[in-house]
Amino acid sequence: MWRALPVALIALLLSGCSLDGPQSTFSPAGPVAEEQLGLFMWTWYLSIPVMAIVGGVLVYVIVRYRRRRNDDTIPGQTHGNVLLEVAWTTIPVIIVILVAVPTVRSIFRLQSFVEATDSDVVVNVVGHQWWWSFEYPQHGFTTANELHVPVGAKIILHLDSADVLHAFWAPRLGGKVDLIPNQDNQLWLQADEEGVFYGQCAELCLGAHAYMRFRVIVESQEAYDAWVATHQQPEIMLVSSDPLVSQGRQLVATKGCIGCHTIDNYAEGVTVGQPSFPDLTNFGQRTSVGAGVLDATLENVAAWIADPQSIKPGNYMPTLWTENDPNRDAEAHAIAAYLLSLGAPDTVAGGSDRQLADAAGANMAAGGN
Amino acid sequence: MATTTHADHRVASQLLRRPTWTKGLGSWLTTVDHKRLGILYILTSFTFMGAASIEAFIMRLQLMRPGQQLVSPDTFNQLFTMHGVTMVFLAIMPLAIGFANYFVPLQIGARDLAFPRLNSFGYWVYAMGGLMIYTSFFLGGAPDVGWVAYAPLTSLSANPGLGVDFYMFGLFISGIGTTATAMNLIVTIVNMRAPGMTFMRMPVFVWMMLVTSFMIIFAFPPLTIAFLQVILDRTFGTLFYVPAMGALPILWQHLFWIFGHPEVYIIILPAFGMISEMIPTFARKPLFGYPVMVLASILIAFMGFAVWTHHMFTTGLGPVVNTAFSLTSFIIGIPTGVKIFNWLGTLWGGSIRFTVSTLYCIAFLVTFTLGGITGIMVAMPTFDAQAHDTYFVVAHFHYVMGGGALLTFLGAVYYWFPKMTGKMLNEAVGKWAFAFVAVGFHMIFFPQHVAGLLGMPRRIQTYPAGIGLEIWNFMSTFGTFIMAVGLILVFGSVIYGLRKGRPAGNDPWDARTLEWATSSPPPYYNFDYQPVVNSIDAFWAEKYPESLHVERIDRSEGKKYEGSHGIHVPGQSWYPILASTAIIVGSYGLMYDNWVLAVISGFFFIFMIFGWAFEGVGGHHVHVEAEGHRA
Repeated sequence: MWRALPVALIALLLSGCSLDGPQSTFSPAGPVAEEQLGLFMWTWYLSIPVMAIVGGVLVYVIVRYRRRRNDDTIPGQTHGNVLLEVAWTTIPVIIVILVAVPTVRSIFRLQSFVEATDSDVVVNVVGHQWWWSFEYPQHGFTTANELHVPVGAKIILHLDSADVLHAFWAPRLGGKVDLIPNQDNQLWLQADEEGVFYGQCAELCLGAHAYMRFRVIVESQEAYDAWVATHQQPEIMLVSSDPLVSQGRQLVATKGCIGCHTIDNYAEGVTVGQPSFPDLTNFGQRTSVGAGVLDATLENVAAWIADPQSIKPGNYMPTLWTENDPNRDAEAHAIAAYLLSLGAPDTVAGGSDRQLADAAGANMAAGGN
Repeated sequence: MATTTHADHRVASQLLRRPTWTKGLGSWLTTVDHKRLGILYILTSFTFMGAASIEAFIMRLQLMRPGQQLVSPDTFNQLFTMHGVTMVFLAIMPLAIGFANYFVPLQIGARDLAFPRLNSFGYWVYAMGGLMIYTSFFLGGAPDVGWVAYAPLTSLSANPGLGVDFYMFGLFISGIGTTATAMNLIVTIVNMRAPGMTFMRMPVFVWMMLVTSFMIIFAFPPLTIAFLQVILDRTFGTLFYVPAMGALPILWQHLFWIFGHPEVYIIILPAFGMISEMIPTFARKPLFGYPVMVLASILIAFMGFAVWTHHMFTTGLGPVVNTAFSLTSFIIGIPTGVKIFNWLGTLWGGSIRFTVSTLYCIAFLVTFTLGGITGIMVAMPTFDAQAHDTYFVVAHFHYVMGGGALLTFLGAVYYWFPKMTGKMLNEAVGKWAFAFVAVGFHMIFFPQHVAGLLGMPRRIQTYPAGIGLEIWNFMSTFGTFIMAVGLILVFGSVIYGLRKGRPAGNDPWDARTLEWATSSPPPYYNFDYQPVVNSIDAFWAEKYPESLHVERIDRSEGKKYEGSHGIHVPGQSWYPILASTAIIVGSYGLMYDNWVLAVISGFFFIFMIFGWAFEGVGGHHVHVEAEGHRA
């Protein structure tokens, strides 16, 4: 603890007070977050003279008017001064006006209700304890925990909750709005650069609240269109050249995964799962598992399936094996391989879809000082 | 020096005799003396504060590094809920009430509060309600819904455990006590001021407690209604907050925050009052712009009821509502700024003595200014969309409530301890402790601003590595060790001071208000003579009339106590503590669906109230023989 202090201080210096990060409001990637940061910076600049005046006067009076030893004189018993009172009422009034004008303008720019046009992307977000459902009503499909959007488009999110309150917050794209049952809340965002952006639930929802994360994947219009197409018509995969994947496909049925999770790739004309659990269709295109908790590598997905409670304490996913089941790791690996093959272009786990996860890692490394 | 005569005891149907112990446990349980109750309030709230600090310490250890599992998410939720509940309802607010209990009657030259037994009742329901919430740790888990307890997190389906019931019942009950005490303070301040003490000659602390008490009376009913709704939901199956049946859970947030924002000022106005006592004393100057200070506080209190949805900027209330409440929130910054300038104006041209209390006042001015600046920031709805529910907000309100209220209260402990005990605290140790507390405080909370803006939400049990939060959290946790050293020094200093402190004398600080005119500690009947007031800073005017251009007070004018009856001191009473006990036991009955216990407790409560009502006057009269001001 104490020994770590110098290390921590050096790290702080080395970081050069870098305030960038994958979840940092100081690295806006769209007009909403930019405007919000701009307001913060404006008040920050305004506060410098305020702090300078208060601090300066304080230091001055402390030095100038400190009581000297054996000084027993009674200072003049001044009760006040009307001119001064007027003056220092005016100062805060001016500051408040300087803050209020841009604030009100930005409220109406950012928080007014937006009517969606055809060029906008509409997503119905439903918060669940402790994951996210993203429905694309314009395209007629639903996915979970990773929001794909095209770069430069206006994203209109309709926010609702299936249980308690949640809040949708992707700091680099814009501020949060709460998900409240029986209330249609709206949030619009726009991303002006491609990449993977982190977000997480910002309103206490008990249990695994800290692990209720998500990712926003901003891609080119072409990549987005391709992603939409693979979700509108998921590739059905019945057999695979990889025996591990085939074994995994059997296990998602025998172990009961499809009792809860929807997998549209599972079989033609058969609907598996329930909408109140995360949709695993085209899971091979995901960059993360467990609602943004781990990068979706084969090892991580297998570890997640083998023991979700140790990775995300309190979540509702049961462990499918007993503590000492010798098949646990092998079977979890098979299921992971199957899931990662879903919708992946080359149907091999660890294939090209891994690049997105790598991109997420790179983004993180670049951002997190 | 004083003789006593017994009051008329011919009272009809005395159920329980009024006790007359002056020492021992029984005397404390049945006391109606505002000074003893003040001490009880202060000790109880510091005890609760200790518990809340331990909770905070465990949370900071858990958050010291990313991905730790020192405590489980469930435990973590209980810790931050109890930390918030304890600090707001059981520690800071009652601490202010405790100081008010002790010093408001002394500062206005009164013998006690207007309703001594009601005061006792207020204390006991507060203390027992608080204890009751803490028993939940041993009865299946503390509340885990955050101190704001947003619906529908509190519904039976989302939260079947008893923790939420403990929260609702415990705070409901301690709210009764707070409201009763607020009414008591109002009646006392309005009716029992010393001759000549007009409203505009009252000490500012008394003013602040008057304003605060009015705020309590207006702010607590909506909260009580909200508690009642949830209690009805959970105990009797009503559907106020059940979304599946069409409820709009946002209602809870409105009811909670229309209490909750005034509560912020209920906490900070007493601190403003203490600052306005300490700065003039140690600068040897009257408070600069006294009428402006009073008016600014009244404005803050009034506006405090018109800003509540700034806690709800992210709930989708729309641009018009957000604009309105953003503007009212900005406006409340104006009188607050004026107050800061007036305190600086008080120091200006003074003769400033750097006691421990002065240092805390200076720390308050700096910290509160920073908290005010971040307050203006989070009052901007569009920026608040980023800051809301993050560590930025956590830092902001700790700067205001911790740095504002709590640092001031520590200063007030150093200021008033000599009066309460007759002994001094060690100033050198106090200054070291101050250094640790102040440095630790800023080390804990300043990095949290950055962590919040880097994307760290509040109320999370852990955070992932690699998103840039490590260093700020490590610094924050490191700060808790520093602050803990300071607080332990304060604690040790108080214990040492109680046992071996140097005698204080009546007026160690050359202070300005009437509490310093009596002995330290004050006799149980407060003043040997009836103080008479002809100026603000009444005691200063008595000592240095020429400096304020007023006439020297003639003590013979104040000898009204020497009439035939002497000073009436009310007798002690069993009824307040028994009535409080009945409420608590009945609440356990309701929570555990034990209707027999609940009904019996209800009848016992009514019985006790009748006993209370017909108990009669009791007490005795004190005849002070010594004349005038005792040396």
